[in-house]
Amino acid sequence: MRRCEMISVGAGPAGLAAATEAARNGVEVLVFDENDRPGGQLFKQIHKFFGSEEHHAKERGFDIGYGFLEEAEKLGVEVSLSSVVMGIYENRTMNVLIRDRIEQVRAEKILVATGASENMIPFPGWTLPGIIGAGAAQTIANIHGIKPGENLLMVGSGNVGLVVAYQMLQAGCQVSAIIDAAPRIGGYEVHAAKVARYGVPFFMSHTITEAGGEKWIESATISQVDKEWKPIPGTEKKFELDTVCIAVGLNPMTQLLDMLSCKMVPVPSLGGRVPAHDLGQETSIPGIYVAGDSSGIEEASTAIIEGRIAGLAIAHSLGYIDDSSFLEQRDRQFKSMVGLRSGSHGEARKIAKEYINAVMKG
Amino acid sequence: MRIDDHPILGTFEKGQKVSFVFDDKAMEGFEGEPIAVALRSNGVKIHRYTMRRNQPRGIFCAIGRCTDCIMVVDGTPNVRTCVEPLQKGSVIQTQVGAGPEVTRK
Amino acid sequence: MSKGMSETGYLSDEELDNGPGIPSEGRRRRGPVAVLECIQDIPCNPCEASCPEGAIQVGEDITNLPHLLEEKCIGCQSCLPVCPGQAIFLVDESSTEDVSRVTMPYEFLPLPEKEETVIALDRAGQELGDTTVIRVRKTDKMDHTALVTIEVPKEWSMRTRAFKLKR
Repeated sequence: MRRCEMISVGAGPAGLAAATEAARNGVEVLVFDENDRPGGQLFKQIHKFFGSEEHHAKERGFDIGYGFLEEAEKLGVEVSLSSVVMGIYENRTMNVLIRDRIEQVRAEKILVATGASENMIPFPGWTLPGIIGAGAAQTIANIHGIKPGENLLMVGSGNVGLVVAYQMLQAGCQVSAIIDAAPRIGGYEVHAAKVARYGVPFFMSHTITEAGGEKWIESATISQVDKEWKPIPGTEKKFELDTVCIAVGLNPMTQLLDMLSCKMVPVPSLGGRVPAHDLGQETSIPGIYVAGDSSGIEEASTAIIEGRIAGLAIAHSLGYIDDSSFLEQRDRQFKSMVGLRSGSHGEARKIAKEYINAVMKG
Repeated sequence: MRIDDHPILGTFEKGQKVSFVFDDKAMEGFEGEPIAVALRSNGVKIHRYTMRRNQPRGIFCAIGRCTDCIMVVDGTPNVRTCVEPLQKGSVIQTQVGAGPEVTRK
Repeated sequence: MSKGMSETGYLSDEELDNGPGIPSEGRRRRGPVAVLECIQDIPCNPCEASCPEGAIQVGEDITNLPHLLEEKCIGCQSCLPVCPGQAIFLVDESSTEDVSRVTMPYEFLPLPEKEETVIALDRAGQELGDTTVIRVRKTDKMDHTALVTIEVPKEWSMRTRAFKLKR
């Protein structure tokens, strides 16, 4: 059985940030990722990021990803791709399916940075080919370079829906409309303005009520909803199209933490059941850490900071950093987080995270 | 269907152009790209029909999670085509239900 | 909170009038000036750092709205390509003739050519009419965000925020 000091499950922004931060302080780090390329969703993010310079503002997501990979390589972080962590068991051992063989590995500290999966909404016809996740549209266009369809409808006006709608315009697709059952646009208004000025209409307080087509989606019907989000008869509008993208939120991927019986807390503002964790990102199971979307849905920029905090906490607990240096470095990260968790979008997440930290204390 | 020149990403790095077969039709794609991508660029939208209701399914998540895009690849059923790389001469078939019986080698 | 933009995706006239980043008509008539159409408290401040004249103020709390100090702005365009929200435009109403120039970020292909006729669009994507491209800039530093300047009738200068090609 292979042994190492730290394993990160996931090579997305949180996992890579944690790995590089820990490695910089001397920790021997191994990163597993089930995909055949690292970076998680970063390489699909082709827009310039918000935030401040320390958050890589005005850099495009994929460039931030390349930066992390370069740094990880320089620091000697081993990234094992096409490696599915099947389970984490007692004493921090795990079984990993690496291509066609299973290996057992044991680590002193494990970070679960597995990210999120997309939510879905069912409606008549929702299984027709051509109805895809917004993430799928992004993957197909930005990684593989083909248009997911010619004419599409975006369901959901959060940042994912807005950003992907804009990316579909850049890929050369038509976007018929962006709809959302909520009365107000969920994502950043400037992201909305970027698509609105090219003539994409927003239908707020609308939901998709039917997808039409025999073997492939050919039309979508939307309806206005009342205050209880029930469709109002007589308000239907029909679009002829070949693709519908669903962007109705994400939920944390916590299966590995569930296996370990980590304490979980229901927090709707962070996407559902969220693992309780302390200020150093450690869960209720000693030695098991969590960061990024798997610890509650936020942004790539917050995932990077949480990853750094986890990396520092792990380096500290393994004795690579002394108390005062650890506190000083962690405080710097906390400070960097303040701006990202404030304002009308960030405040709720800040309160939710404080609640989760409080739950950990008991 | 393919994006030749992307305003942010430029051109896409691809493997060699290879031929493959989909349901007895000869097609072309790029080696190493997901089978689903090669099929989509050839206009294929339906990957399989469900077991009980015989309903069509295609790409849904595109990251190997949902298994909606599974097909029969070189005789093996249930292959997630959104993450399985295309190889020269791959024989890809629309999967019906659970697909053909496979005898273990 | 901003009602118009949060429901329609674009700024209402009222929001435009009250925005802290919108230069006065008097300032626009004196020459090129940045128009910051950013009215939501999101965490972001590259515009402030990009300004060589200190004409954009966000402050320590990065969710503050950017304030334009219109007398300090020299119309250099440095802030346009760095705005992740593509919410900054350059407007020049100084011409004695009945035309104004609007510069905006553009991240699509193909790029328009100088002197090409394109259709000006307002914030809602409604067509305003034909206009002429004056300048197209795209440098490495701009990181794939081109800046396109078009000449429009003066009354469209605060309405034109995009364009589409005729070809």
